[in-house]
Amino acid sequence: MAPAKNKNNGYYRLLTRKMILTIIIVSFTPMILVSSFILYQFRISYHEKLQAHLKELVLKQKQNIDSFLKEKLGDIRFLAETFCCEELSDESFLQDRLEMLQQEFGPVFVDLGVVNERGIQVAYAGPFRLGKAIYADADWFKQAMISKYFISDVFLGLRGLPHFIVTVRDNWKGELWILRATIDFVAFNTLVQNIRIGETGFAYILNREGELQTKPFFDLTPRKKPYRDFLKIKEDDPQKVHMIEKKDESGKKNIYVAAFLKNGDWLLVYQQNARDAYLDLNRAIGIAIIIVLLGAFGIIFTAVILSKRMVNRIVMADEEKDMMNKQIIETGKLASVGKLAAGIAHEINNPVAIMVEEAGWIKDLLEDEEFRESENLDEFERALKQIKTQGQRCKEITHKLLSFARKTDSRIQETEINDVIDEIVALSEQRAKYGKISIHTDFQKDLPSTYLAQSEMQQVLLNLINNAIDAMENEGGTLDISTRLDSDAIVIQVADDGPGIPESNLPRIFEPFFTTKPVGKGTGLGLSICYGIIQKMGGEITVDSIVDSGTTFRIRLPVKGPPER
Amino acid sequence: MSKHADKQIKLLLVDDEKGFVDVIAKRMSKRNIDVTKAYSGTEALKALRMTDFDVAVLDLKMEDMDGIEILKLFKKIVPDLPVIMLTGHGSEAAARDGIKFGAFDYLTKPCDFEELIVKIKEAYQHQI
Repeated sequence: MAPAKNKNNGYYRLLTRKMILTIIIVSFTPMILVSSFILYQFRISYHEKLQAHLKELVLKQKQNIDSFLKEKLGDIRFLAETFCCEELSDESFLQDRLEMLQQEFGPVFVDLGVVNERGIQVAYAGPFRLGKAIYADADWFKQAMISKYFISDVFLGLRGLPHFIVTVRDNWKGELWILRATIDFVAFNTLVQNIRIGETGFAYILNREGELQTKPFFDLTPRKKPYRDFLKIKEDDPQKVHMIEKKDESGKKNIYVAAFLKNGDWLLVYQQNARDAYLDLNRAIGIAIIIVLLGAFGIIFTAVILSKRMVNRIVMADEEKDMMNKQIIETGKLASVGKLAAGIAHEINNPVAIMVEEAGWIKDLLEDEEFRESENLDEFERALKQIKTQGQRCKEITHKLLSFARKTDSRIQETEINDVIDEIVALSEQRAKYGKISIHTDFQKDLPSTYLAQSEMQQVLLNLINNAIDAMENEGGTLDISTRLDSDAIVIQVADDGPGIPESNLPRIFEPFFTTKPVGKGTGLGLSICYGIIQKMGGEITVDSIVDSGTTFRIRLPVKGPPER
Repeated sequence: MSKHADKQIKLLLVDDEKGFVDVIAKRMSKRNIDVTKAYSGTEALKALRMTDFDVAVLDLKMEDMDGIEILKLFKKIVPDLPVIMLTGHGSEAAARDGIKFGAFDYLTKPCDFEELIVKIKEAYQHQI
């Protein structure tokens, strides 16, 4: 039975909405809280781990580079301290030393040179023609003369190639001299350039002026923020690694990790795009969000379907309850009418009996001699007979009413279907007569009795007969009611030759609240109640109708024995 | 049925519907039945103690006493008295109870007068 559209639609819509909302809130709240908490914790620990990893990496690289520089400086110091200025000023000797170093450490040392305190290179060993070169004005020379050991920044110098030098200053016969070695820029650069993580992670070295000391993997402008912020840092702890996250000029967020090298002269910077660095984290968060969204979609879908289904069931249960209530009311009405009728019948019986007996008394008296000769004797006798006949008629009517009333009992009892129909027909005959409708009955005589609630059967038959009379009232017609036994079932057929039911209405006539009668005339419950009653009895009710030809209702009732107690 | 053919039957008619009792009594006396009228159970019991009756007709539905109770008392006072009960239509169950307690037969109201006469005569014959 399809849920009926009635005034309660708003209530059910609200109920559906409330159920959906409740299911969604109850399911979403823990899901969102738990997922957010886990994601938040995961994000924090991932950040911490990544930062620790990057700091560790930079620290390690810083130590690598520092030890590289120290090593090279150590090598040169060893030369300067082992050999005197005179020995080293011998270019072939110097060449031998260079070759020895190159054999030992590879092509890291490009050349060696001995420079006197006036800045003139007195001896040179290497691939360039730099013998007798004058460095008196070179920055590195000035600084090398101040400190005993010195590592320069990267510069182009006389050779026009980027390089840096390591110098050791010493004293020879009261005069200062310098042993200098050029470190291969490529070898040094490779040390730093090899630091690569992800797609955007790379490292480079800046000096205090913000000049690049290595060739970075990607182009950058070191004099701009945030490099300047690093350069402002005054080194306190050489082991300290600084880390910041900042947006660069293009608006991309970058992670910068930096550590000072070479006693604070240089800054090793590792830089990576934050998105690249947190790629795995973001991917995990992305997947989590997709899962949560899918879950949310699933919850919403389930909530909607579940709520709709539940509300549909509630609608159906409410309708059933409604129908049962109506049925109880109808049955109650019928029982009240029955009781009333029985009371009236009893009350009428006595006066009718007295009237008939008084007429009988007159008839007795008329038999006396004195009245035998009366000229109106025939007329008296006719009148008395008529009184007796009409009295008998009254008796029959009251009997029918009493039989009907007796059956307004809703208990299941042994019932003769033919008798029930007879009584209902008798009660409906008067109304039928007014509508020029003749009722014909054709009962199978030997129908078995069956156990059912007679009041319910009366209600069904009264409904069908009343509907038929309603339909034929204007034009008149014939109502045929028949019974027959078909295998194990009693078939009751109520057929009229009225206007019929349009085909479009036929499938809906057993639906509750469906009516074609004018407003106020029908509740639309009659046939649905009949349907409910017959279903409850384990039978079925069907309808055939042809417009302008008539309607036939067929009830099939199983023959039942007494109910088990 | 000739009204003088048999011995006069002494009948006790008990019904609280006065009009009905009166007319029936009149019609019966015309048929050689001596009717004593009682309009209540109490009156009926009083009459029963004073006179011997051949047959009693008893309405089961009266205001002062339940018909079955009166029947039981009748049977206590005069166990051999045949009692014909009058019941309303649909109260046949009560009438069947009456048969169990010794009533002769029953008729449903409103009954046909001639039928009642036949029943009374049957009861009278039975009593003899």
